[in-house]
Amino acid sequence: MTTATALKHETEMTWQALCRRADLVPFSGVAAWIETAEGPAQVALFYLPCDPATTGGPNTPQPGHEQTLYALDNHDPFSGANVIARGIVGDLQGDPVVASPLYKQHFRLTDGQCLEDDAVKLRTWAVRLDGERVLIQA
Amino acid sequence: MSTQQPLIIIGNGMVGHHLVEQLIERGAHRRYAITVFGEERHLAYDRVHLSEYFAGRDAESLALSTADYYAEHGIELRLDEAVIAINRDTGEVVTPRGRYPYHRLVLATGSTPFVPPIPGNDREGCLVYRTLDDLDAIRATAENAATGVVVGGGLLGLEAANALRGLDLDTAVVEFAPRLMPMQVDAEGGELLREKIEALGVQVLTERATQRIEDGEAGRHRMVFQDDKVLEADLIVFSAGIRPRDALARGSALEIGERGGVVIDDRCLTSDPAILAVGEVALWNNSIFGLVAPGYQMARAAADTLMADALDRAPETFGGADMSTKLKLLGVDVGAIGDAHGTQHPGARMFRYLDQIKQEYRKLVVSGDGKRLLGAMLVGDNGYYDTLMQYYAGGIELPQDPAALILPSSDGAPALGPDALPDSAMICSCHNVTKGDVCASIDAGACDLATVKDSTRASTGCGGCAALLKSVVDHELESRGVEVDRSLCEHFAHTRQELYDIVRVEGIKTFGELMEKHGNPETHRLGCDICKPAVASILASCFNEPITDAAHIPLQDTNDTFMANMQKNGTYSVVPRIAGGEITPDKLVVLGQVAQKYELYTKVTGGQRIDLFGARLEDLPAIWGELIEAGFETGHAYGKSLRTVKSCVGSTWCRYGVDDSVGMAIRLEHRYKGLRSPHKIKLAVSGCTRECAEAQSKDIGVIATEHGWNLYVCGNGGMRPRHAELFATDLDDEALIRTIDRVLMFYVRTADRLQRTSVWRENLEGGLDYLKAVILEDSLGIGEELERQMQAVVDTYACEWANAIQDPEKLKRFRSFVNDSRPDPDIIMTSERGQLRPA
Ligand SMILES: Cc1cc2nc3c(=O)[nH]c(=O)nc-3n(C[C@H](O)[C@H](O)[C@H](O)COP(=O)(O)OP(=O)(O)OC[C@H]3O[C@@H](n4cnc5c(N)ncnc54)[C@H](O)[C@@H]3O)c2cc1C
Ligand code: SF4
Ligand code: SF4
Ligand code: FES
Repeated sequence: MTTATALKHETEMTWQALCRRADLVPFSGVAAWIETAEGPAQVALFYLPCDPATTGGPNTPQPGHEQTLYALDNHDPFSGANVIARGIVGDLQGDPVVASPLYKQHFRLTDGQCLEDDAVKLRTWAVRLDGERVLIQA
Repeated sequence: MSTQQPLIIIGNGMVGHHLVEQLIERGAHRRYAITVFGEERHLAYDRVHLSEYFAGRDAESLALSTADYYAEHGIELRLDEAVIAINRDTGEVVTPRGRYPYHRLVLATGSTPFVPPIPGNDREGCLVYRTLDDLDAIRATAENAATGVVVGGGLLGLEAANALRGLDLDTAVVEFAPRLMPMQVDAEGGELLREKIEALGVQVLTERATQRIEDGEAGRHRMVFQDDKVLEADLIVFSAGIRPRDALARGSALEIGERGGVVIDDRCLTSDPAILAVGEVALWNNSIFGLVAPGYQMARAAADTLMADALDRAPETFGGADMSTKLKLLGVDVGAIGDAHGTQHPGARMFRYLDQIKQEYRKLVVSGDGKRLLGAMLVGDNGYYDTLMQYYAGGIELPQDPAALILPSSDGAPALGPDALPDSAMICSCHNVTKGDVCASIDAGACDLATVKDSTRASTGCGGCAALLKSVVDHELESRGVEVDRSLCEHFAHTRQELYDIVRVEGIKTFGELMEKHGNPETHRLGCDICKPAVASILASCFNEPITDAAHIPLQDTNDTFMANMQKNGTYSVVPRIAGGEITPDKLVVLGQVAQKYELYTKVTGGQRIDLFGARLEDLPAIWGELIEAGFETGHAYGKSLRTVKSCVGSTWCRYGVDDSVGMAIRLEHRYKGLRSPHKIKLAVSGCTRECAEAQSKDIGVIATEHGWNLYVCGNGGMRPRHAELFATDLDDEALIRTIDRVLMFYVRTADRLQRTSVWRENLEGGLDYLKAVILEDSLGIGEELERQMQAVVDTYACEWANAIQDPEKLKRFRSFVNDSRPDPDIIMTSERGQLRPA
């Protein structure tokens, strides 16, 4: 039964074009505006290219973050401000994370979990690159 | 509890307080109802470091404890209440406020400075140097004084002389004996000491007996000496030795020594076994011990005596104490170990070394067979002290040629490493801590110096043992294979200082390269919010490339990324540079217009500039476009970098000003703007000693003098205020800038991440003297290199905002949403006092 529900849920979501690859900042974040079934949302997009040609980051891809794009809530639950996209990206204890620029809590990029507070989790969305287009499932 | 017997302690000084601690440790507060009387208003404080009061420490930070500590242990502390009599018949002490019965009584009344019985010694402005109140009186008198004299050229006299000098008085020392510090040094050492002290501008008069003090002409007082010569001064401090405060004991007919002091035995009992005495009031074996370490030993013995039947060991007794001392007086090292004069051991032999150029003098007193060190004397360099002290105290057999121990840098000199010390070697005599105790505390889990200090209390008394303790701890940790983890974060097993050196030496220019070569491969090598900004700062200090370049932008904190300060609702504040706080009316108008146009809340900052709040991310480039157009440049209020150079109006306008403080402030601000550093840096320049710019609370403070500039370093306001320390005096413009170049660059090089100069300075091994040696005497030979590095930063300065607004690639981040031009709809403002603020 569970599989069926999951499948059904997935089919309801559609991939929408969000922005261009050129809008992203490697090893850092930008914010985007999306309309979802539940209403509008602000999304923080993080781009961690594994491409050796990219400047500014470590060039060797490490197992665990082959994924290059992540999408989280831009809303910071601790400050109430929409600032997550402006945090510093890094990795802690094996997971890629972003640190809130206001009060410095860390959120896991893969699932939005706050490392300092078990009860706090940001929403995440599936995102991928399609050529130069950035697609999000919402 | 009614079964508690009353125990009264008279005196809440260093030793009296130590006794309380020792009693509590032994559970005595449960057996006795303890009452402590203190004549001073203050809770026991660190008299040994009393002089630091003038350097900015306050009574609270000198305090050895808190009233809560006493209350928690049920001890009644009656401060500002002196005992005026002891009635041994009724077993009571008497104060102006009442009578208090005792079962046991301890005298810990200390001593008073000896004021020679000279007519006129009680004139106003004739003071002593012993308590916080004394220092307040000296400070108040010095306000309207130009000259000061210290009567007495011993240890305390020279310390007082240094204090007077620090209060900007022309200072002289008058000593009755033929030389300074007659107790510690011999004629030759005394002569050297005089030369060194005179070189500091302090007049030294020896073999002078003051006959009387009367009204002066040039100064408030005139001292007349035995040969009718005179000396005038506005302020006189007596420091001619100490006298035990034994009046209470005399009044109650306890046994008193011929020259004063309450006679005690090995258990610190006086002639009345109900009464004990400890500290500087106590006379043991015909000696008074004028140092804190023997006082603490007495306190331990007294606590054991009072709790003898409850101990599961033999009570400790007092068996005399070693009076060896190591001091730095007026910046001059003086050390005396054991029988330094060689007068107590017939047949002793001596070695002496004198260097009149470097002004160093050393003397060894060894046993007739040349095997044991009996004493030593050092003037000019105490670097030899610890090793000699170990030979002396440990009874270690001297090397073949003992002279090697005092010859300069003779490679053959067997410096005793900490491993050569026996377990019984005394490391800290204040707290009776042996090398064995230190090892035990490490074995029990202490893994750094601070923890060892905490658990053994070593080095928390007079502080004389700090260097020795550190070397023992380091050595013991090392020998146990403990490696202290000083890694910056999980990505780099290096300190900030090490990373700085790596970046410089290897010429590494990007975070990626540094990570690849030196990062921890166990991580994803993305870095984190600890190491990325730290490395960004290092790269900027070294190469000064624009922080918004593609290679550096992911490293920056949001404030650096957007070159503005993020406020709590996600908007930013904008602070253009207003160097020295000087701004033309035209520019002021522009600030007002920009604020009006973009609806910015406007406030004047503590650093004499204007802060525009509430700027939306997408408006920042336009705001800066207008500001740059009007001639403004970025103020780096967002960066860990130079913030402001505050100034007073100085000689241009102020009737007291002696130099152009605004001009100097502007020059300094333009020189150091853009310097990225471990933390923010603030400067200030005052036009005279009135100090209206509050330069002494800044990282770098400059105050104009009649002869140039005085430089203060490592001050701080903020959460943990710290007064800046006087670093160099009467510098001309160029020397001032050279010195600041060096200090700041040395800080940038060696500080930890997010370490302000104040904390950096406090953690600097060797303290201010070390910093002076590095910067002023170039002891590391890096002075010119530091200046070159600073010049490189100055030469590569470019306004970051001017750089960014010319680059569309850099500007593309200044949008709330990459796919939508609307501003963030959640930012909501309301108005208050005629301006907007976050709702
Ligand atoms: C400027 C200065 C620098 C020094 N530097 C060093 C140093 O580098 N190394 C070192 O080892 N030692 C140094 N000393 C000496 C050291 O401070 C003393 O050895 C130590 O303070 C002695 O402690 P004590 O408790 O016996 O006396 P104190 O600390 O003087 O305490 C005695 C207390 O008893 C109070 N009292 C007296 N009579 C009464 C009464 N009737 N009723 C109630 N209270 C009373 C006094 O007011 C005082 O507070 C220095 C001293 C000074 C002044
Ligand atoms: S510090 Fe001196 S020169 Fe400057 S404003 Fe104050 S009084 Fe005038
Ligand atoms: S003192 Fe506190 S509230 Fe005021 S600006 Fe500083 S951090 Fe903010
Ligand atoms: S010897 Fe005084 S603190 Fe250690």
